[in-house]
Amino acid sequence: MNSIAKDIQAEKKSYDFEKIAESQDFKSLLESKRKFLIPITVFFLVFYFMLPILTSFTTILNRPAIGSITWTWVYAFAQFVMTWILCIIYVKKAGKFDHLAEQIIENEENHGEKL
Amino acid sequence: MSTTALVLFILIVGMTLVITYWAAKRTKTTSEFYTAGGGLTGWQNGLAIAGDYLSAASFLGIAGAIALFGFDGFFYSIGYLVAYLVVLYIVAEPLRNLGKYTIADMINARFEQKKVRAVAALSTITIVIFYMIAQLVGAGALIQLLLGIDYWLAVLLVGVMMTIYVLFGGMTATSWVQIIKAVLLMVGTVVISFLVLAKFDFNILKMFNDMKALMPLGEEYLNPGVKYTNGIDTLSMMAALVLGTAGLPHILMRFFTVKDAKTARSSVVTATWVVGIFYILTIFLGFGAAAFVGSQDIISANAAGNMAAPLLAQALGGDFLMSFVSAVAFATILAVVAGLVLSGASAFAHDIYGQIIKKGKISEKEQMVAARYASIGVAIFSIILALFAQTLNVAFLVSIAFCVAASANLPVIIYTIYWKKFNTVGAITGILSGLITALVLVAISPSVLNPEPGVAILVGNPIFPLTNPAIISIPAGFLGAFIGTVVSNKRDEKKYAEVMVRANTGVK
Repeated sequence: MNSIAKDIQAEKKSYDFEKIAESQDFKSLLESKRKFLIPITVFFLVFYFMLPILTSFTTILNRPAIGSITWTWVYAFAQFVMTWILCIIYVKKAGKFDHLAEQIIENEENHGEKL
Repeated sequence: MSTTALVLFILIVGMTLVITYWAAKRTKTTSEFYTAGGGLTGWQNGLAIAGDYLSAASFLGIAGAIALFGFDGFFYSIGYLVAYLVVLYIVAEPLRNLGKYTIADMINARFEQKKVRAVAALSTITIVIFYMIAQLVGAGALIQLLLGIDYWLAVLLVGVMMTIYVLFGGMTATSWVQIIKAVLLMVGTVVISFLVLAKFDFNILKMFNDMKALMPLGEEYLNPGVKYTNGIDTLSMMAALVLGTAGLPHILMRFFTVKDAKTARSSVVTATWVVGIFYILTIFLGFGAAAFVGSQDIISANAAGNMAAPLLAQALGGDFLMSFVSAVAFATILAVVAGLVLSGASAFAHDIYGQIIKKGKISEKEQMVAARYASIGVAIFSIILALFAQTLNVAFLVSIAFCVAASANLPVIIYTIYWKKFNTVGAITGILSGLITALVLVAISPSVLNPEPGVAILVGNPIFPLTNPAIISIPAGFLGAFIGTVVSNKRDEKKYAEVMVRANTGVK
């Protein structure tokens, strides 16, 4: 067995993954992640695909918005703004998840010592 | 070629060789070779991701497409950018937490099965080959134009450079070549965009008004539908762009170069800012080229529009700017192909040789030797293919790579992380159904079969009507994985518990 495989085995012993996975804290972490990730992912995919759908099957975005700039360009630019905003939101939210995950692992480690 | 151009080219080659020399001293272990020891910071890796991602197809291809087709060219920019939300929200952190060197490592964190690793390596190698030929063919054509040397010599030049970086400097050299390239590319793009804006009195409204008046297409130029007239095909292409990035092996490999999920996250954010600003600026590159070079001159230099950006640089800033932009394009190509060699080599040396043939019983020294031989092998193989592929369309090859990545890799990555019932059979059927559907549909598409001789690779009537099969092949990948899982009905929920905990907490 090579050194990497040994490392992994040594580390595996220190956590009871099933116990953590069954714990209430871990379940609620996953639940809050799901509540955050799924709606936003659905939103940005829908928002993204609406542009080619609208431009391919309708001409409503061809109307001018500001001067010669049509709504197509405004919508396209909105995709950039959306991407940056959702990036910022993700980082803020992920910081909270980091904190929860750390706590779960800390609890598990402390608990292990007591036993 | 002008003396300025020659000096700039030599400067870039010299600078990258110095980096490689410096990196070679820091590349002693396999982990250093494949992932720079996992020691890159968030902004370093973010710039490197941007450098790895913004290929010549982005820089030269999109600028040309916007110059010739107006808004339709900009579709690429949108797809390539929004793709980073898929990477950030779905893939980046679990991948960092579960993987080691390759995508197959990450999938195998859940399924310790040689067959799964083999098919994952197969799809990685397929994607790398298509992407690599695209880059080398593009590089050959471009350098041929820029330096006035023969195509085969140009391919060989790029091929030798990429081999040197990877062979001696591994991921450390590759990363720094990508970082420097990203900075150079941004500087070049910002300067040209500034000059274009100055021509329009720094007034975006005036720019749009003038473009409408200037272009022979008139108002049509600013509206979608000039190039893409088949709505379903457009949707299919957009699906491949937005979902493909999260399955590209050379991009995903970059997430193993940072120490944890938090750094992986911050590198995606940096990359998204850099890449986003770049893609916004492609509007100025494209409009500028259309207005100040003109479609006729762009097309006569290169039918696909690839010379739009260098020609625009010449029109605005004379020989010096043209030389600078050409040198940047050269650096761009080098950075991307080096990353590709590395991800191809990791699939061969780590997945196939180390884990499957040697069953993981391989010493550190043997792993390094295997990695280096695999790098040379991948490089030579792609150079030979590129020499024979000169006439193939670059955009077509890149679109296949994105399509396979979205169809074969992404469904299995998502199921591995998020689906409790997913199993080994599902992983194998998922990758194979996505991969085979994508390749077969491309082979019978209008890109390959055209009744007029000379337009496509073969003469004949296309059996499949769309140029991009993503709209069929991505669902095929998801469905294949689903059916395989349900039919075989095997479960390992204990292993899934471990994967869930590791993916979400980062413990090893």
